[in-house]
Amino acid sequence: MTLLSLTPEEWQAVRLSLRVATVAMIASLPVALAVAWLLARKEFWGKSLLNGIVHLPLVMPPVVTGYLLLLTFGTRGPIGAWLAEIGIVFAFRWTGAALACAVMGFPLMVRAIRLSIEAVDTRLEAASSTLGASALWVFLTVTLPLTLPGIIAGMILCFAKAMGEFGATITFVSNIPGETQTLPTAIYTLTQAPGGDAGALKLTAISIAISLGALLVSEFLARRAGQRIAA
Amino acid sequence: MSLDADVRHRLGSLTLEAAFASTGGITAIFGASGCGKTSLVNVIAGLIRPDFARISVGGTLLVDTAQGIFLPPSKRRIGYVFQEARLFPHMSVEANLAYGEWFAPKSERYARKAPILELLGIGHLLKRRPRELSGGEKQRVAIGRALLASPRLLLMDEPLASLDAARKAEIMPYLERLRDEVKIPIVYVSHSVAEVMRLASGVAVLSQGKLVAFGPAAEIAQRLDLVPAEEREEGGVIIDMTVAAHDAGFDLTRLSSSAGDVYVPGHLGPAGTPARVRIRARDVMLALEEPRAISALNILRGTVAAIAPADAASVNVRLDCGGAAVMARITRHSAAVLKLAPGTPAYAVVKAVSVSGPGADPR
Repeated sequence: MTLLSLTPEEWQAVRLSLRVATVAMIASLPVALAVAWLLARKEFWGKSLLNGIVHLPLVMPPVVTGYLLLLTFGTRGPIGAWLAEIGIVFAFRWTGAALACAVMGFPLMVRAIRLSIEAVDTRLEAASSTLGASALWVFLTVTLPLTLPGIIAGMILCFAKAMGEFGATITFVSNIPGETQTLPTAIYTLTQAPGGDAGALKLTAISIAISLGALLVSEFLARRAGQRIAA
Repeated sequence: MSLDADVRHRLGSLTLEAAFASTGGITAIFGASGCGKTSLVNVIAGLIRPDFARISVGGTLLVDTAQGIFLPPSKRRIGYVFQEARLFPHMSVEANLAYGEWFAPKSERYARKAPILELLGIGHLLKRRPRELSGGEKQRVAIGRALLASPRLLLMDEPLASLDAARKAEIMPYLERLRDEVKIPIVYVSHSVAEVMRLASGVAVLSQGKLVAFGPAAEIAQRLDLVPAEEREEGGVIIDMTVAAHDAGFDLTRLSSSAGDVYVPGHLGPAGTPARVRIRARDVMLALEEPRAISALNILRGTVAAIAPADAASVNVRLDCGGAAVMARITRHSAAVLKLAPGTPAYAVVKAVSVSGPGADPR
């Protein structure tokens, strides 16, 4: 067995991880943008509280986050039961893994985007409004394009976090091969089984390659976006 | 189009209090730095929500705090040229120019691209990025962007302040063309006597937030007491004249007005061209008899109308020259020796090179 030949189970874990991380990243983006904009540009009652809640997954033990997800989004949890009625189930499904990863990656994404929005010159936004752009158009045509490098950075951070997410995932959706077994949980399983070292090593190499690749792509995209908007 | 503005607004320790109107041409808002000029135009543009204001443009109410009316900036259709050009860095010059045009309601678009590009000389810059432009080019593009939004009023907040003298000289002729060709009122904020007196038809003088004088430029120019300390040396008069002839051999233009003939260096256009000249008080000498064999080309005959103290050592003498005023700053000593008093006939002597004509370098 060469280093690159993977068993079907191992392939499954790689594909599932990519899918979970991509979905987590894309699903988080609109919410993260909205929250980042609110935190960067608006003063409102409860802003510190919102900021705290957003950052909770970053400071809480991942297992706690996973358990809280299980309590709320489990089939008997208050939100989970309601969603189950309309056919959306998170518990012990890959969608649950994506939700756990999204929650864990969310603070990283919000932080990157918020910093980037704060760096946008509000005087350009004022200029845009005097030229006839409503608040929404100002955001779409000025704030958003100038925030692009931060959005890319935030997306990649969230993606990387999702690729590596372990604690919340395993607590919330367990470790079911083909359904919720992602790269980290697969590696963990392999290291616990006799003779699993070779497989664990292969998946580790793949994990490193994907993370490095994502980082390079983000560097490239961010540099291009940065060049476009350099004043 | 006309502008009517009446504003009262508290800004920290400063209270902004100004009411003025404009029916066209350039109305300058003039005053020392920090007197609230920018805040006043920001209130007009809608970027500041005022404590009290009633502002209308062309009969449309933009703000009336008494009636609870406050149009957001995007609905005011006011062109705003900022001190820093504020071009969008992620767009080409062409996209920057198209930006305001795109948001203007179709039925109210009157601005046409080709003449505006021509007027501002920016046609060759369309494909460039803002970072590839010089300061003067940026500011011209910013003016074009504001004009292409078909505004009902144009606000210009110290558009030359961030430019060096050479760039100012480059842009000034474009501003003069703008004033003469654009039909909407322009509000021009500046702390520079040279800019204001060269461009404005009406001047509103602000001092510590309060409007202290408002009137035609030629009248305000004579009020040397209104000139802020840092611009003291620039105080003087403006006289609107017309080109009479150009002497190609010496490259001198002779201008005529009720005050008499005035020579200025350079070619200011064909006979009949209107030309505003500015004569600084410190550049004017007074003589009781007509001087002869003197290098100064301009000798205007008049009578002393008023004498006001300038500081401990000098006085400002206003001479009435055939209806036009000429101000001279002379020492109190000279005024005493010449026994100047209202009614004394006198000659104002000005070197041709000291007269700032329309093509002159604005300082």
